[in-house]
Amino acid sequence: MKYITEYRNPEWVEKYIHKLNQITTQTWTIMEVCGGQTHSLVKNGLLSMLPQKVQMVHGPGCPVCVTPLHLIDKAVYLAQQPNVILCSFGDMLRVPGSQKSLLEAKAQGAEVRILYSPLEAVQLAKENPQKEVVFFAVGFETTAPANALSVLHAQRQGITNYSILASHVLVPPAMEAVMQDETATIQGFLAAGHVCTIMGLSEYEPIVQRYQIPIVVTGFEPVDLLEGIYKVVQQLEQGKAHLENQYSRVVKPEGNPEARKIMAQVFEICDREWRGIGTIPKSGYALRPELALYDADQKFEITLEKAQESSECIAGQVLKGIKKPHQCSQFGKKCTPITPLGAPMVSSEGACAAYYHFAQTKEETESIITQ
Amino acid sequence: MCLAIPGKIISIEKQFNDTTRMAKVQFGGIIKEASLEMVPAAKINDYVLVHVGVAISIVDEQEAKKTFQYLAEIGELDELMPEN
Ligand code: SF4
Repeated sequence: MKYITEYRNPEWVEKYIHKLNQITTQTWTIMEVCGGQTHSLVKNGLLSMLPQKVQMVHGPGCPVCVTPLHLIDKAVYLAQQPNVILCSFGDMLRVPGSQKSLLEAKAQGAEVRILYSPLEAVQLAKENPQKEVVFFAVGFETTAPANALSVLHAQRQGITNYSILASHVLVPPAMEAVMQDETATIQGFLAAGHVCTIMGLSEYEPIVQRYQIPIVVTGFEPVDLLEGIYKVVQQLEQGKAHLENQYSRVVKPEGNPEARKIMAQVFEICDREWRGIGTIPKSGYALRPELALYDADQKFEITLEKAQESSECIAGQVLKGIKKPHQCSQFGKKCTPITPLGAPMVSSEGACAAYYHFAQTKEETESIITQ
Repeated sequence: MCLAIPGKIISIEKQFNDTTRMAKVQFGGIIKEASLEMVPAAKINDYVLVHVGVAISIVDEQEAKKTFQYLAEIGELDELMPEN
């Protein structure tokens, strides 16, 4: 087994669609929390294959999309300091700040680098002792351990010209925020497989109980997603609400204790602002106070006015699954991936960009829009 | 962002005075480095799930087969039912 192609097999996809058609008797609304899953559902054309009665809505699980505007502004500010090399994952570069994106700052001469791993940023700091290297560390529980590890690597090697600008967000509080919105209509969740790889399953049982809602921890390939959706629909049809793990080849019930140990050495839980949604209590990670040396927010004096969001962008409602991207008046008009008004149009995991990129033919657009 | 893909460990080496295990991991035709600090049990030839340069889980072959067994099961059950 190579663990990829098997899960993309069209024959298995069709079998699952067939099974889903057989068991679905009424309309169900299911949210996939993770942007990676949104991307895969849209890219693989699964949304238009699902039974009409199975409505997928797209969740807030795109870290790029929920990074607040003022943090983007901070990253841009740092990048423009003469002594700083600002690094991040590729997706972050195009997110519009209130004045400009990191990419625009780069075009104007700021030293901005795209890296594959935060560990490379530590290496960069080692090679450039006369510079300050700042890693713009965004991500959910999946990415937080790697970002934490970069701080430990710097510490281990006595590297002091490395710091991170942390914007870490946590999934369970966001799911609660979605459920507590009075306009929410979500009846089942696909939980984010790679987040659970780190955190395990225990955080989700209380959500299942509190809201009597099925949650199925799900992978990212077409067959994974369809099995996850099938398991949610099966529970809904039978009037059940359980926690299930579709992605057991990767997700152990206890998660990854080593990763959590590394995370706990570096981060502590804090309240976090989510772009378009607002502040959610206990929904993020900040660096522990004793690691202030590695915290860009404390290392550099950053004085910036807090900017206002564009009033035309309804990203908050899109991220909570209340509206679909095409219901935004600017979708595909003023707002396109080349001229994004909001972050969900920037990242390929943002619902707006996913719809824009993959709904290329008219039929596909229509089949997505009629859902 | 939370993209993580499975690859096969082809070699392992130690770094930072033996405190850190790093591996070369093969993804199709591409080989990349990944830290094994979060998967202490990982060994050569294991498939690990790698996210931003860090292995976060060892892929379990027995569990992997379940998805396909499950589908076969629900398929068979179905054939037992007269209306299908
Ligand atoms: S289409 Fe653009 S403006 Fe509308 S919600 Fe999405 S990102 Fe915001």
